[in-house]
Amino acid sequence: MFYKTYFRQFTILLFLIFTVKIYKKQLINMRIKRLLSKENEAIANADVNLDLLNPLIEKYKNKKGNIIPLLQGTQTMFGYIPKAAFEKIANETGLKISDMYGVATFYSQFRLNPVGKHVIKVCHGTACHVQNAGSITDSLKEALKVNDGGTTEDGLFTLESVACLGCCSLAPVMMIGDNTYGKLTSTQSVKVIKEIRLKENN
Amino acid sequence: MKNIQVIVGLGSCGIAAGANKVYDKILALKTLDKLNFDLKKTSCIGMCFREPLVEIIDEDGSYLYGNIDENKAVDLIEYHVKNGEPIKELVVKSDLFETPDKNFFEGQVKIALRNCGMIDPEKVEEYEARGGYKALRMIADMKIPQTEIIQKMIDSGLRGRGGGGFSTGMKWKFANANKSNEKYIICNADEGDPGAFMDRSLLEGDPHAVIEGMIIGAYTIGATAGVIYCRAEYPLAIKRLNIALEQARKKGFLGKNILGIEGFNLDIYVKEGAGAFVCGEETALIASVEGERGMPRKRPPFPAESGLWRKPTNINNVETFANVPWIIYNGSQEYAKYGTEKSKGTKVFALTGKINNGGLVEVPMGITIKEIIYKLGGGIQGGKKFKAVQLGGPSGGCIPEYLSNTIVDYDSVNATGAIMGSGGMVVMDETTCMVDMARFFLDFTQKESCGKCTFCRIGTKRMLEILTRITEGEGRESDVATLEELAYQIKDSSLCGLGQTAPNPVLTTLKYFKDEFVAHILEKKCPAKSCKKLLTYEVHKKNCTGCTVCAKNCPVNAIEGERKQLHFIKQDICIKCGVCFTKCKFNAITLS
Ligand SMILES: Cc1cc2nc3c(=O)[nH]c(=O)nc-3n(C[C@H](O)[C@H](O)[C@H](O)COP(=O)(O)O)c2cc1C
Ligand code: SF4
Ligand code: SF4
Ligand code: FES
Repeated sequence: MFYKTYFRQFTILLFLIFTVKIYKKQLINMRIKRLLSKENEAIANADVNLDLLNPLIEKYKNKKGNIIPLLQGTQTMFGYIPKAAFEKIANETGLKISDMYGVATFYSQFRLNPVGKHVIKVCHGTACHVQNAGSITDSLKEALKVNDGGTTEDGLFTLESVACLGCCSLAPVMMIGDNTYGKLTSTQSVKVIKEIRLKENN
Repeated sequence: MKNIQVIVGLGSCGIAAGANKVYDKILALKTLDKLNFDLKKTSCIGMCFREPLVEIIDEDGSYLYGNIDENKAVDLIEYHVKNGEPIKELVVKSDLFETPDKNFFEGQVKIALRNCGMIDPEKVEEYEARGGYKALRMIADMKIPQTEIIQKMIDSGLRGRGGGGFSTGMKWKFANANKSNEKYIICNADEGDPGAFMDRSLLEGDPHAVIEGMIIGAYTIGATAGVIYCRAEYPLAIKRLNIALEQARKKGFLGKNILGIEGFNLDIYVKEGAGAFVCGEETALIASVEGERGMPRKRPPFPAESGLWRKPTNINNVETFANVPWIIYNGSQEYAKYGTEKSKGTKVFALTGKINNGGLVEVPMGITIKEIIYKLGGGIQGGKKFKAVQLGGPSGGCIPEYLSNTIVDYDSVNATGAIMGSGGMVVMDETTCMVDMARFFLDFTQKESCGKCTFCRIGTKRMLEILTRITEGEGRESDVATLEELAYQIKDSSLCGLGQTAPNPVLTTLKYFKDEFVAHILEKKCPAKSCKKLLTYEVHKKNCTGCTVCAKNCPVNAIEGERKQLHFIKQDICIKCGVCFTKCKFNAITLS
């Protein structure tokens, strides 16, 4: 009797561990974004001046279909969408936070976390994939010591994978700020990063 | 020097290759030496493989120079502009003599791309000088009734270039038939297929052609407002569209009672997408314009009945619209002269991948794939063996080498299991692993699935897991059958085109390249030597001279060894990037 309940609990535990594992794996694979944890939030919101949002809110306040332009405007201003901005927009326009959050997490353009000074967008479209874009990302990950989507400790770089920058004939391609680098090799890509870092440190 | 024009190609591809620097250099030289020639800008002419491009037109004719950097720009000004001596070695196209690249243009028929690379896209006068807005003026002057335009479009045989291939005339007929005091016309410029850039080039190179097409469409269906839904990843296209729209408003092509047509009021604005492939699907696009999550809606009701804000709406692709003014002005017979029985006219393709002349081409329907790849495209890079060509992106499939005599028209391409799609043509050679390509596309659709349908959301995920495991050497014998079963179930039970077509890349590779699946699963080998987990790089004792080139180039410092001593690769650090393999001059790095 005793053994039986013990065994049952044990299997339930095993089951739980297993599902958590699968769930974690799914999180990595899907484009799921989360708001910042409480501690990080304070840091991230510290230098956000929400008053900057006023003209934007004024412009789109009672227009239909305004969620996307509001979020795009906010992101242009801060580089990402701070939690406090969601709250302010909701209070002043009457939009629901859940609706805005739903939109923000649906589209790959929106970021809920601050990013590095330079965002490196490595193209992983078909043409770039065929021309070995994987090796560009791999060597950048190694050189910057970050994962795909991560930001370096010094806050200088964020590494991202994107689908097609529209310069497929120059594959493989990466974009940093407004500069596009074409016909890359992994060595060249690392060199570009080193040059930017050198400039920043001087 | 008076009549000399110097024109720099400033499309996104040109700029990425350094065209802005070339333009600035020429401008500096012009100001410095007070030279008296016309310096102009244009967009992409399609020869992306020769960017940056500079065209010089003198009294004798035109010379298109390729691969121009700042130094060569100085030479061009010095020799050609100042002294009237063209530098023939750098010319890639000229109407005066033959060049090695002449094949790239031979066989092309430019209708949609008629002005790309020929005009400054930011100047409406240049568009008008080449016949722009004449079609619209003709409609206004001759008071051509809407039904006649619809008939013209049906007769021309133009089918939607966004992928579906539905008759544009018929679509306009349905939208026209639904009466409402508010109607919308939308231009789909979301261009989601990764590896395709036809729409970007068109919008950057000739925005007015698309706008004129939209205005004619709006007149025909009775639309009261227009939206261009453009990817945010195309900032230059958005900028040029906005400039063009402003010019069109000033000139009275947009506004109230356009060109004197009583009651024809229209304005068009650009809506930036926010990065979701599924928003290319028309009902999802409408949801996105309405500011919501871009999830497809059930059809019927079709957008022609109830679309944007529940009003009748007509959606067409960028290239479709760009063809419209030409057809109206030149007549449907003229357009239907090109093409095959059921696919009329021309189609723009973006040639990319392992091909020598990667770029943009517009060819008449009915040309064979082989002709495009070998004649226009100049064959495969590095003289390697052509393996397959991918058409239609994540919704399409690959056509193997032995079917390369297939002609491009909707029905012939469909018969192979691929689809015509929007025009991406990615060429693959013997070093491309087809199992990995199937995995790549599934990875894409799996990430982009909106999540509404269970089979699309979870089914693509399971397929991806299986494909990933095969490329990692852990495939099981039952996997092929499971993949096929999942594929048909996903096709059957998905709401929108994304899910319905997502399994296509897998099904076509299974059909034509089953041997590669078998090699991965049974022998744990990747015949194309591309799947990393199945590869190891090693230094071959006999050939290594200790030149240190590999060690210097390794991005992760995985190679150790003293100068003139045998080198070795630390397998635990190696990321299998293959740099050492390509850099070693002595064939001392082996791949197994
Ligand atoms: C998942 C998915 C993505 C699509 N992406 C695009 C796109 O990027 N551009 C486009 O013009 N059509 C796209 N389409 C096709 C559109 O739904 C629609 O058929 C097209 O815009 C109609 O224009 P046309 O008749 O001129 O081709 C897509 C369809 C699906 C199902
Ligand atoms: S098929 Fe996929 S993308 Fe299309 S509606 Fe269903 S879940 Fe969304
Ligand atoms: S394959 Fe790349 S990472 Fe591995 S040893 Fe060679 S250069 Fe270094
Ligand atoms: S696939 Fe990389 S730019 Fe298009």
